[in-house]
Amino acid sequence: MNIRNLFSSGFLILILGLVQILFLKNLAVFGYAFGFLYLLGLLILPSTIRTIPLMLIAFCTGFILDIFFETIGMHTAAATLFAFLKPTWLKIASPTGGFDEAEEPSLGQIGFGRYISYAFPLLFVYCLAFFTADQWGTGGFFEILIKSFFSALFTLLLTLVVQLLFFSRKRSIS
Amino acid sequence: MLRILKFIYRVRAFLLFAFLEFLAIWMIVSNNSPQGAAYFNSSTELVGNALKKQADVVEFFSLVDANAALVEENASLKQELLRLQVKPDSRSIAIDSTLKATFELKGARVVANSLRFSQNYLTLYKGSKDGIKPGMGIFNAQGVVGRVKSVSENYSVAFSVLNTNLLISAKIKSSDVFGSVQWDGRNTSEVQLLYVPRHVKASKGDTVITSGFNAVFPEGILIGKISKVEVNKADPNYLALTVKLSTDFSKLTYVYLVENTRFQELDSLYRQSDLTNEY
Repeated sequence: MNIRNLFSSGFLILILGLVQILFLKNLAVFGYAFGFLYLLGLLILPSTIRTIPLMLIAFCTGFILDIFFETIGMHTAAATLFAFLKPTWLKIASPTGGFDEAEEPSLGQIGFGRYISYAFPLLFVYCLAFFTADQWGTGGFFEILIKSFFSALFTLLLTLVVQLLFFSRKRSIS
Repeated sequence: MLRILKFIYRVRAFLLFAFLEFLAIWMIVSNNSPQGAAYFNSSTELVGNALKKQADVVEFFSLVDANAALVEENASLKQELLRLQVKPDSRSIAIDSTLKATFELKGARVVANSLRFSQNYLTLYKGSKDGIKPGMGIFNAQGVVGRVKSVSENYSVAFSVLNTNLLISAKIKSSDVFGSVQWDGRNTSEVQLLYVPRHVKASKGDTVITSGFNAVFPEGILIGKISKVEVNKADPNYLALTVKLSTDFSKLTYVYLVENTRFQELDSLYRQSDLTNEY
């Protein structure tokens, strides 16, 4: 992870955060599917970043988003869980022999099938944590499950579209 | 000792994770208590400004609707005024102090609004500088909107009616039966009217208004119309009434804030007599 990568990752998270705040704030497809596009920034952080810095990054990102969304703590809790699970899951989901050192688990680098099998469970866990915090004591378990599933699906779709449109095949940001 | 330290070092990631999660959950809990002070929210100067800039752009596209609503309201107010104008054959007398206006109104602009979560909040571009205080009721020409939660100098954050933590004292207009309105977190155009006993004859289409009992809202502000009447399954002594909201929460631009000037007096009276007033 060199300094250039660091900047491009930071820039990506910033841009995605802005998009999240300005455009995706009140968007919910059919009232069920939320788009947490900013997670793309965390998803494709290089696999060399260790769990602790990753969790701190996720905590800060989630917290800033929470302030704008007036959902104090919810995105923070879910994003921290997401970051805690990411390195382990990446290890499990990676091919035998592991990824290259500086490789990013992005669509262009690991391919369509593997990207989905890597990203979807993580996104689902994120959504599950988020909606559990959001509906604590009010909504039923079934509703949380439905919302989480469709939100994860919708977010996955968004991340795919963004990567196909704006990322070149070789490098992360065109 | 060394082994303990080694063990702690080995699980440091998990410990940090546990700590951060604890912090986040503490924030959720402290933010969700209706009376608790919130330290971080969109009434912060920087965040409020950013949200206002966004609202500036978005609002431009809803100006036509906002204008139409204002014209309509203006017309109805004009009509009211004509009705109230002093007839030449009457003379004014000093009215009793109990009849004096106890509610003061202020206008404010909505700069941020959410309706997709189960705890939804509004951010208003008016704060302590303009005399906004926590606890003030919010409504617009269509009906009730919410209640102020916390204020900063220029901004304030408010519970929306679409917040499962907010209860509003309400009554059915035709029969004067009162209950509490609360959102169940599902449909953004419907709320539940709770604690209406089963013997009450409520029918579809009945108007539900604020009761004026809780000193936050004056009596008679529209909440909505009853859209479904059922018996409460969990507690068969009560009816489960679904109320279709008259306010369109997806199109909030300008709202009124109402302050009860006698709130302090009422509140201290309640406290004196050991009553807890639900807000």
